[in-house]
Amino acid sequence: MIKLGAVYLLGGLMFAGFAVFSALDRSNRKRFGNALFWGLVALSFLAGDHLGDLGNGFLVLGLAALAGLGLLGRGQPATTSPEERVSLAERFGNRLFIPALVLPLIVAIGVLVIKPMTFGGQPLMDPKQATLISLALAVLAAIGAALVLLRQPLVSPLQEGRRLIDTVGWAVLLPQFLAALGAVFAVAGVGKEIGALVTTWLPVDTRFAAVAVYCVGMAVFTMLMGNAFAAFPVLTGGVAIPILIGHFGANPAVVASIGMLSGFCGTLMTPLAANFNLVPPALLEIPDRYAVIKAQIPTALLMLMINTVLMYVLAFA
Amino acid sequence: MLILLGVAVVIVGFAVRLNPLLVVVLAAFTTGLIAGQPPLAVVAAFGKAFNDNRFVSAAYLVLPLVGVLERAGIREQAARLITRLRGVSVARLLISYLLFRQLTTAVGLMPIAGQAQTIRPIVAPMAEAAAAAQDPEITDQTRHAVRAMAAATDNVAVFFSEDIFVAMGSVLLMVGFLTSSKIVLDPIHLSVWAIPTALASFVVHGARLLLFDRRLRRAPKL
Repeated sequence: MIKLGAVYLLGGLMFAGFAVFSALDRSNRKRFGNALFWGLVALSFLAGDHLGDLGNGFLVLGLAALAGLGLLGRGQPATTSPEERVSLAERFGNRLFIPALVLPLIVAIGVLVIKPMTFGGQPLMDPKQATLISLALAVLAAIGAALVLLRQPLVSPLQEGRRLIDTVGWAVLLPQFLAALGAVFAVAGVGKEIGALVTTWLPVDTRFAAVAVYCVGMAVFTMLMGNAFAAFPVLTGGVAIPILIGHFGANPAVVASIGMLSGFCGTLMTPLAANFNLVPPALLEIPDRYAVIKAQIPTALLMLMINTVLMYVLAFA
Repeated sequence: MLILLGVAVVIVGFAVRLNPLLVVVLAAFTTGLIAGQPPLAVVAAFGKAFNDNRFVSAAYLVLPLVGVLERAGIREQAARLITRLRGVSVARLLISYLLFRQLTTAVGLMPIAGQAQTIRPIVAPMAEAAAAAQDPEITDQTRHAVRAMAAATDNVAVFFSEDIFVAMGSVLLMVGFLTSSKIVLDPIHLSVWAIPTALASFVVHGARLLLFDRRLRRAPKL
């Protein structure tokens, strides 16, 4: 059975490659900062399970210190010039999209076909991690296709990957840092505390008020925690189940479903959902860190209003 | 109440634009220390949580592929393809992508596309090319706005359609929590009630894209 460990091994090798090439890149004044940063990430992927909790903790502190002290620069791997790329595009034409299509095709096959398959009573891949395992397999196949079809040099995946990872910089790790913070918050009972505040201080004595408190509460709470999954149990347990479902007799399927989607309105508006909101501007080289959030806020607010009305209309039908 | 100081640290830290990785570490320390944990225990707890969440960063495995395709000219080809098609506008392109992404996500194919593997190499260059075709003197600011809108469109499409797929993590989380609260229901009911919001999000974000496009045409110097 292929497990998540195989994906981590591949990820670790990739980051180790970034670290080595960073150290050799004389165009970057801070090349050893980059090498150390990506090297620590590689260590985490390759050996995180053997470092112990405290070891991992110091590894994280090291990463935060390197980023906080501004010790990362931007590597300049040799790549094709804009003019070369235009002529390459003319030469290859739509063949360029074949590897880009191999990726989703193999991910889809992995998730839909390979995931349910078993071999000698064992699933071929860990069903809980099928998406990431499929993605890793698909990446390998698509890179193979790209190297052959587009005749790219063998080191280009690592050098070009390094070019992109340096474009994003330390923000690469922000989603994982925030996920870890979410776990710390959960253990300390931060969610319960906010939930208690909401239920004590907000009016929930009419149907509409209760619906509005739940929907808006899901969005606001999600913005504070960065994740609708953290908000859902607290507000559903605190507001939706006792008041909307228990007292007013609302349909639980409608309440839960639209409640979660109201939380997602919050996800669109918070920098704490870094993988959706802060990594893309870095990846797209937009100078304003909050540009994507700003583009999403009007849609998110309108959808929050619509969700509130939908829940009010559908839950009591 | 005091335990909420950790949340306050995050909000203030982000607002004053401290390095976010440092802000997260400070918030974890604040929360842990207030909860009465010794400093080393906080370091260990945060280290364990970081290690348990490595799957979050595993998605960067697509970057080498994206980089190789860019090296061979995929972004230029995406732009060429768009300028050759007549009648393509930023709105038409992004609305088509919104629809495609919503439909595929609803049937469980969310992982086939994404910010790194689709928006950066293909959709954003296409949208920029469409904007440049509308306004040959396009400014950098407008280019940035178009890119941000392309990224936003991917997020909006995924968020409001993923719950239509029964085996989605968030649907299973809802079922699990409701079951533990003695409310037993079949996940399919949760999926069905996600459909009205998905339809509404297509209308709302589609309309915003049309308005965005009109603004690009009217005031090229955005």
